[in-house]
Amino acid sequence: MEKTAAANRTVRLRIKRCDGPGKPSRWEEFRVPIEPGSNVISCLQAVAANPVTVEGTQTTPVVWDSGCLEEVCGACTMVINGKVRQSCSCLIDDYVTGNDDVITLEPMSRFPVVRDLWVDRARMFHNLKRIKAWVPLDGTYNLGPGPREDAATAERRYVLSTCMTCGCCLEACPQFDLEPDPATWDTSFVGAQVFGQAQLFNDHATSRQHAGERLDVLMGPGGINDCGNAQNCVQVCPKHIPLTQAIGAIGRAATIHAFVRFFRG
Amino acid sequence: MSQQRVIVVGGGLAGLAASARVAEGGMSVDLFSLVPVKRSHSVCAQGGINACNEVARQQGYSEYEHFDETIYGGDFLADQHPVLEMANWAPRIIDLLDRMGVPFNRTSEGYRDLRLFGGSLFKRTHFAGATTGQQLIYALDEQVRRYESEGKVTKYEFWEFLAPVIENGRCVGIVAQDMRTMQIRAFRADAVVMATGGCGLVFGKSTNSIICNGAAAARCFRHGAWYANPEMIQVHPTAIPGADKLRLMSESARGEGGRVWVPRAKGDTRDPKNIPEAERWYFLEEKYPKYGNIVPRDIATREIFDVCVNMGLGVNGEKQVYLDLTHKPRDYLDRKLGGILEIYEKFVGDDPRDTPMRIFPAVHYSMGGLWTTHTKGSYTPAQPRAKHVSGATAPLDSRPGQGLAPGATNNMMTNIRGLYAFGEVNFAYHGANRLGANALLSCIFDGLFCGVSVLNYVKDEEPAKAPAADMPAGAFDASVDREQQAMKRLLATVSGAKPDTLTNPYAIGKELGDEMTAACTVVRTKARLEQCRVKLAELKDRYAKARLPDNAGWGNQSLGYARMVGDMLALADAISLGALERRESRGAHYRSDYTERDDANFMKTSLAKHANAGVTLEFVPIDDTLIAPTARTYGKTDAKAPAAS
Ligand SMILES: Cc1cc2nc3c(=O)[nH]c(=O)nc-3n(C[C@H](O)[C@H](O)[C@H](O)COP(=O)(O)OP(=O)(O)OC[C@H]3O[C@@H](n4cnc5c(N)ncnc54)[C@H](O)[C@@H]3O)c2cc1C
Ligand code: SF4
Ligand code: SF4
Ligand code: FES
Repeated sequence: MEKTAAANRTVRLRIKRCDGPGKPSRWEEFRVPIEPGSNVISCLQAVAANPVTVEGTQTTPVVWDSGCLEEVCGACTMVINGKVRQSCSCLIDDYVTGNDDVITLEPMSRFPVVRDLWVDRARMFHNLKRIKAWVPLDGTYNLGPGPREDAATAERRYVLSTCMTCGCCLEACPQFDLEPDPATWDTSFVGAQVFGQAQLFNDHATSRQHAGERLDVLMGPGGINDCGNAQNCVQVCPKHIPLTQAIGAIGRAATIHAFVRFFRG
Repeated sequence: MSQQRVIVVGGGLAGLAASARVAEGGMSVDLFSLVPVKRSHSVCAQGGINACNEVARQQGYSEYEHFDETIYGGDFLADQHPVLEMANWAPRIIDLLDRMGVPFNRTSEGYRDLRLFGGSLFKRTHFAGATTGQQLIYALDEQVRRYESEGKVTKYEFWEFLAPVIENGRCVGIVAQDMRTMQIRAFRADAVVMATGGCGLVFGKSTNSIICNGAAAARCFRHGAWYANPEMIQVHPTAIPGADKLRLMSESARGEGGRVWVPRAKGDTRDPKNIPEAERWYFLEEKYPKYGNIVPRDIATREIFDVCVNMGLGVNGEKQVYLDLTHKPRDYLDRKLGGILEIYEKFVGDDPRDTPMRIFPAVHYSMGGLWTTHTKGSYTPAQPRAKHVSGATAPLDSRPGQGLAPGATNNMMTNIRGLYAFGEVNFAYHGANRLGANALLSCIFDGLFCGVSVLNYVKDEEPAKAPAADMPAGAFDASVDREQQAMKRLLATVSGAKPDTLTNPYAIGKELGDEMTAACTVVRTKARLEQCRVKLAELKDRYAKARLPDNAGWGNQSLGYARMVGDMLALADAISLGALERRESRGAHYRSDYTERDDANFMKTSLAKHANAGVTLEFVPIDDTLIAPTARTYGKTDAKAPAAS
């Protein structure tokens, strides 16, 4: 695929900015030189080094979150031209072809903004605690290998385990709302990421013992019943995690679990 | 008595392993990280983690051979006892990760699958898809989250470590800043573990995450911690050139059969698929018939550099060579390398299953780091052994305690009492060159094995008599005050004027990276290094006058960036000085004006110390009591130059 770029090509980044929680938002636009292979992060780096708007006004560097720059840490997630995705893997040439075209950048809307494009996703990590997303290890002493696992199970779990807590699936979900107050987190909708993680651990020979507790949580407030099955989540997951399958599996397990719980009293 | 606490700075593999081990030992942990720990740089590791295993063992491999390979691969610069202990523990560490639920690739019978990696003739690398590091860090992150939910670990994420607090030569806490509120405060601790990773950003673009800036290590260095072998910077042979980052193409691409080549004829611009076999130069296979494409990194890097820069044979005359997997079946590639090939596809736009990839070397790993000490284990042969013959019976079994004394309180402690360094930030295991898939191992080994040392230190030594919690506030207040003054000084430079390149911290940072890449990577010379040191002095002058673009008291990233540039300059000073003073070639350090290894003068650790007058460097003897040095040739034969045309 040959990408021919005109010399001195530029792109305009239209960025939704906010100085901090409770502060009003505003839009600012920056003109940035690009070359083949430029992505949103390399453009934001250029803005940081020279924070002057298209009107020629000196402003502050735009703030954003990033880490790996290879779509494996999840940090740099934002809304680009209206669609949530990682900015490090967002090649400018995949979005615009002309000269001086506009790309819009906004912070995710379902998480509190820290500043500009940087949001606080602490709730996602909190939710992992709610469902005990771990293997209950006896300790780090040497006790030999873990349970033997067939290749198909390992592959199935591997895909679920590539979830980088990026939040795309939550940003796209009609049921997942902004909850700035941590006091509501234990009762508000957990979202697709958590169903995927619950499935990951329920599928592991040792961690399966917590399956019942996980299902108890997911049958409670903010659990599986709040999912409207809109399937937006699976379409935006950058890791192609089969989220709707996970939701289905958790749903079925929850039904059986409820049945057993009912008869056990 | 007050509750004793341990601070861990850094939540990559090393920091998480340490946190889990210390919490398991019953001590409270405060864990600090620039990013939520799950997003630490360790997620980037693709290829795998080394350990002796049953299949390899039955073919003649052993923990001892793993040890021997690591010493040889590191060109005899590592102190040998810690490496022995690490290799001996490797299989147990894999078992533990397996119990934690890491989805290692499996064979048809359900055993852990293995792959070949550079520097070994045996399959000894365990892997989970193409994102082994991500999978390992997630497993440890989950265990630490469990301790967090039990109240044994408290996380301080989006907090930046600014300085150790040192009182009477002992580290009793840290000063850190909340990156959101910008609050600066002191935290007391009976021991502090630095697990802050590498320093790729000193070189501008590298394969590292953008947060691997080395500033935390530099801050310890500036407060009196010694920094060892700073010049030992690994340049990975195969990275994908990019505008913001040089993304790694994992060594597993070579391990799974990738072949490196260039057209034999200079200026041959044909589509690579149309170039017949006879007109391709597989220069690694030709020069190193035994190891071929899986020669260790420094060798591959230098050969690629030589072919492109000196012979001018790079693809299309540019600094790039082909890394070719197109001879392998698609489904094989998808199964074994899916994830890393996707990275190439995503960031370049070509399908590497159809078209050979174009790659060039990039800064990748720092073998050097904070100097640490240890207590030797029980194995003390009368004489160092000759190099192990691959596949021969191991002279030792792999019982613990032969390399390092388990639980000895000084294992991986820096020269400052109570200040430890684990993982990539220390210098302990990889000598002058790290073997692929040995870093993840060293990080986890440090955390688990030396985590016990931290516990013992806190329980049995100075902190037992004088806990940090009971100390007078003076040292803590003074440290906070100093950091606040430094912040105020930087914020006061904001003027609202248009930035100019002389005083713009981003411009200074970029020039630093460009200069370090040009002078201190693949080929180094006295003249170029001296020029580099002049440039560093200029950058330091300019840095003193740097002007910030933002004085916000909330979420001010420019402040963090500018502060870090000052620390990167200190590390660059040590790196360039080490490169200049080490007048030999060894491992990753190649001097074209001193091309031979010089054991008599330089089989020594270079030790950088920071004083008011600047950085000084001395060479100190290493522990070479286990294996006698041999030439590190990897069976190179004299390669013929390509047929001229
Ligand atoms: C692309 C790539 C691929 C790799 N592949 C492999 C492989 O296949 N096998 C292998 O063995 N090795 C591999 N490596 C090397 C290996 O990944 C690293 O050496 C290892 O992950 C380092 O782990 P760590 O725990 O020491 O540090 P990191 O994972 O870098 O973590 C550092 C931590 O310190 C924190 N921190 C840093 N500075 C501060 C500060 N000032 N204040 C607060 N917190 C701070 C960060 O937030 C982070 O949590 C690879 C490296 C790269 C770049
Ligand atoms: S399927 Fe459920 S979780 Fe997914 S987007 Fe729809 S409501 Fe949200
Ligand atoms: S499931 Fe996918 S979209 Fe959701 S957090 Fe995980 S990686 Fe992101
Ligand atoms: S920076 Fe890690 S996903 Fe983009």
